[in-house]
Amino acid sequence: MRNALTLAIVAAVAGSLPTMGWAQTKPVAARKPAAAAVVQKAEEKDAATLEFEKFRAEMEDSNPAELFEAKGEELWKTKRGPRNVSLAESCDLGLGVGVVKGAYVQTPRYFRDADAVMDAERRIVWCMVEKQGDKFEDIAKRPFATDTHTPDITSLVTYVASQSRNMKLAVPLDDPKVREAYEIGKEMAAYRAGPYDFSCNTCHGADGRRIRMQTLPNISTPQGALRGVQGWPGYRMTGGVMLTHQWRMGDCFRQQRFPEPKYASDAVAYLLTYLIGTANGLEYKGPGIKR
Amino acid sequence: MADPMKIRAQMKGDVAEVRVLMAHAMETGQRKDNAGNLVPAHFIQQITVEVGGKLVIQGQTGTSVSRNPVFAFKVKGAKAGDKVVVNWVDNKGEKRTDEAAITA
Amino acid sequence: MDTIRRQLLKGAGATGALAAALAAGLLKPTQVLANEWNRAAFEAKESPAVLKALGAGSSSDSKDLLLKAPDIAENGAVVPVDVVSNIPNTISIAILVDKNPFPLSAAFDFASGAMPEMSVRLKLGQTSVVKAVAKTADGKYYTVQKEVKVTVGGCGG
Repeated sequence: MRNALTLAIVAAVAGSLPTMGWAQTKPVAARKPAAAAVVQKAEEKDAATLEFEKFRAEMEDSNPAELFEAKGEELWKTKRGPRNVSLAESCDLGLGVGVVKGAYVQTPRYFRDADAVMDAERRIVWCMVEKQGDKFEDIAKRPFATDTHTPDITSLVTYVASQSRNMKLAVPLDDPKVREAYEIGKEMAAYRAGPYDFSCNTCHGADGRRIRMQTLPNISTPQGALRGVQGWPGYRMTGGVMLTHQWRMGDCFRQQRFPEPKYASDAVAYLLTYLIGTANGLEYKGPGIKR
Repeated sequence: MADPMKIRAQMKGDVAEVRVLMAHAMETGQRKDNAGNLVPAHFIQQITVEVGGKLVIQGQTGTSVSRNPVFAFKVKGAKAGDKVVVNWVDNKGEKRTDEAAITA
Repeated sequence: MDTIRRQLLKGAGATGALAAALAAGLLKPTQVLANEWNRAAFEAKESPAVLKALGAGSSSDSKDLLLKAPDIAENGAVVPVDVVSNIPNTISIAILVDKNPFPLSAAFDFASGAMPEMSVRLKLGQTSVVKAVAKTADGKYYTVQKEVKVTVGGCGG
């Protein structure tokens, strides 16, 4: 049953041909190669990694992500959209209408009103559509930040995430719907396909892998999964843009030369349920800074 | 209009530590966009910091400063409650002024 | 009217009157910001030309001028650089990235209790020497430098 479901989702993903699909711009060969992960000894921490870590704390202490937190807070509290209602007075992130504190670390979760498992970003989008009256298509058209534009949803997610700073991840896996999402997400992570026959796990399913200078987390372990959660949403040094966990999931598909999943879809929510759920019980530090 | 700065000013002993985050593209004028067009230079050129009504720092910056700039300074002789005012102006003449009170 | 900026940026000697004016808070930011950006220094394409434009044609190395930057930067787009001057009467600090198209990155003047130190984040187009120049109230210049290696990236982090 689950296998059939997974396949159906992957097929749906592949069929959706999203924004960064094959049809666009450069041919495959002209793109940067996916840099096959090189296996290294797990315990090895080279000088470069240590040097990166040395400056991380300083970078995170003064993180431009704060600019987006501030913007997101304002957006959350302002009456907006065709219905002129604020998210603060209408949006339930799982802990009650308007409750933001701790909501991020307790998603993805199952929302009865939407009959879906939703990660925080998907839930906020749902609120913008159902409560404020925005059109989903308008939000999904440009869902992620570029060098010239940061969508409102990105700032909103950053604000909501900041309100779970230093709290423990607590995806409600005892909810059967969430557990099901977790299991499907786990299978999606292992599903090999695409022109390189890659899966998420090709890079992120074993210890000691790396791409160029970066060590890659093994998301099948709690600590590895935490590395895949920590710092998202993140201020990305490359390009200087604020990007969300949804974006990060899509980018892994892009790197696999796989069509990207639809924005705010079941597929992304399930993957995030697997990833964040695996890190359950560990502490989330809030929006971070990323390479 | 430019987005607000984030200013954090806190006493550490007898020194006020001031940290400023600015929302600015800091375009170098050497970068091409996805369509292959050169993105015009757009960057902060001048910055001032006032503490307790006194100008304590003035600076000039070029295109090498990272996007969404972060600056940190230390000021002696300030006290909790003093007002910190930061100004910037960029090469297009856009300006921004924000302030914060020093916390204990 | 002169400004503290010119102490470094025009290479002019510091004047007691100016320091007094600053200490008294006589310069309002609006006046300061109306001042001209030092085009000659910021648009110079080689570090020696920058130093010349700053008036720092001759300078000496100093152990009391500290520059903290990574040996290897995780990302050349955001390289944290801290400069602290323990040289008495330091009034200005400038930071240069030798290999950037325009090496001069920032030049700051300090007055009225501001300590001569600063933290900034810089873009490095490639592996480069990063230099700091400090100017003292008596018109002397001191430098320190460090090479920062810039790596090629992996994926989204």
